[in-house]
Amino acid sequence: MQQDLVHAIKSNPKYHELVSKRSSFSWIMSVVMLVIYYAFILTIAYDKPLLAAPLWEGATMTVGIPVGVAVIVFAFALTGIYIQRANAVFDKLTREIKEEVL
Amino acid sequence: MSLWKRAFPAICLMFMAGSALAAGGDLGAVQKAAVNVPAIIMFLVFVAATLGITYWAAQRTKTAKDFYAAGGGITGFQNGLAIAGDYMSAASFLGISGLVFLNGYDGLIFSVGWLVGWPIIMFLIAEQLRNLGKYTYADIVAYRFERVPMRSLAATAALVVVVLYLIGQMVGAGKLIQVLFGLDYVYAVIIVGILIIMYVTFGGMLATTWVQIIKAGLLLSGATIIALGALYLASDGSMSPERMFQKAVEVHPKKGAIMGPGALVTSPIESISLGLALMFGTAGLPHILMRFFTVGNAIEARKSVFYATGWIGYFYILTFLMGFGAIVLLTGNPEFADAAAVGGIKGGQNMAAVNLSAAVGGNILLGFISAVAFATILAVVSGLTLAGASAISHDLYANVWAHGNVDEQQEVRVSKIATVVLGIIAILLGIAFEKQNIAYLVALTFSVAASANFPILLMSIYYSKMTTRGALIGGWLGLISATVLVIVGPTVWKEILQLGDPIFPLKYPALFSMTIAFLGIWIGSITDTSERAKKEHEAFIAQDVRCQTGIGAEGAASH
Repeated sequence: MQQDLVHAIKSNPKYHELVSKRSSFSWIMSVVMLVIYYAFILTIAYDKPLLAAPLWEGATMTVGIPVGVAVIVFAFALTGIYIQRANAVFDKLTREIKEEVL
Repeated sequence: MSLWKRAFPAICLMFMAGSALAAGGDLGAVQKAAVNVPAIIMFLVFVAATLGITYWAAQRTKTAKDFYAAGGGITGFQNGLAIAGDYMSAASFLGISGLVFLNGYDGLIFSVGWLVGWPIIMFLIAEQLRNLGKYTYADIVAYRFERVPMRSLAATAALVVVVLYLIGQMVGAGKLIQVLFGLDYVYAVIIVGILIIMYVTFGGMLATTWVQIIKAGLLLSGATIIALGALYLASDGSMSPERMFQKAVEVHPKKGAIMGPGALVTSPIESISLGLALMFGTAGLPHILMRFFTVGNAIEARKSVFYATGWIGYFYILTFLMGFGAIVLLTGNPEFADAAAVGGIKGGQNMAAVNLSAAVGGNILLGFISAVAFATILAVVSGLTLAGASAISHDLYANVWAHGNVDEQQEVRVSKIATVVLGIIAILLGIAFEKQNIAYLVALTFSVAASANFPILLMSIYYSKMTTRGALIGGWLGLISATVLVIVGPTVWKEILQLGDPIFPLKYPALFSMTIAFLGIWIGSITDTSERAKKEHEAFIAQDVRCQTGIGAEGAASH
């Protein structure tokens, strides 16, 4: 890419808005996923009986099963949330930057 | 529960068809090692269809971009299915359901770990890969760094991962055929090798992708039928998971222990390390990463991850149901018993899902699932082989050996030769390795991928002060430390080599080997005061602009 184009984009305030918005959102979402996953796996490491406890009085189904499934569903939901925001905010900014500099 | 109720009529129909077949005679017990006719017919149909696709794709595969990246014309939805297909390998399908069959809840821990890597891939690398890359992930890693050493590192790491992953897939193929088709292990492995060489050399990425998409569709429908059918039968028709769990606990040798976490995760350190390997290993698998170059732009790239995550998550929930269904329906069932095999069933625990299909839907469903499982191996091995061949032709041949001065057609030719060689290597590996639990083998691969490929990929996208020296030090240290620690760890040192107590206590060394890799990159970079390092710092700005906006990225093909 030509130096002047790089310079033009780099000095566009919308570019900075895009970079800061997207990177903070991406890292926050990643941290959320990591926290949830590690909460799950460290519970397994430290307190197995908690997850092996019956879901209700006399049940064979344990707390761990809906929790595990919930982590899976949550991971999918997070990707959906990211797409929503990316479509609404990041793509719009990217389009505007392209219109202004190209 | 309402979901189960709604699915009920379909399951009923399917169940009636299944029991009608079963009532036709107790074929399973008599024809244990006999040739499974429906399986072979369905498998031949699949092979014919995929060869047709290969022929069609061959007509459209002319340029290097066609060969490596299907011309960049795959949509996000299609690519999501293809990625899910790559991920739903024989190891996931047979291995995880087998693990649930043996240990219950522990199988779910693996699934969760493998799934949660996907959102991270979406948030941190999917769009960036698409914006910066061309054919292989080494394109990103070498973007602003010294070409020859970086490509050599990335290609070596990619090949190590591909070969390790291939072993698991080929072993799965051999086992499957032993149980199902009445064919010899060696023949089976050779057939797989020849077919994948044909798909990849003639049809390139386009054929590989479509084979993967079709297989993903078949596998998802097959797994849905088995899981719901098994739930129906195992819950006495009530479709209540609770009832199925009750019966599973009654018959399983470990009793109530299967309902909670067991021996898989022992210490907190072990669990953190396992989690890192499963999560970030995904982001270091070359055959997955190359899929991001087949879509038109970054928007399609992130869409693919959304669909892939959904399908994979759904599939994992099904494998969990299948594992428990297998406990109830196969344990103590004389039709499937084999006291000598692991788990006491024919073919060992890795055949739990396949035996379960026979228990649920008789010979027809068994045939269908056998064919699908075989197709799964073919499709995943094709993707792996193409990833390995790209590393050899695009990275090692074109960029390292020929310094980028190479004719596109010549590069594709080298790629095809590499495919043939890798196909033969896959056959030999399949024959050499046989008696390991394939899910664990995949877990080993993930440790290496997480420590060697992922750190240099992530850091080259985000760390502006990274230099060639830092990347090389970190990358090689990650690769070497992960490999060595796996070898001296419990799985290889103690269980395979039987050398007594392992030198390194963890099965999954990712916590340590990833730390070593990241520290190596960081220290190697900040202590680098060369002229080259300064230029690389400056080059980050242009890379970042392209990475963030997609301006200057490889465009989609016009056709």
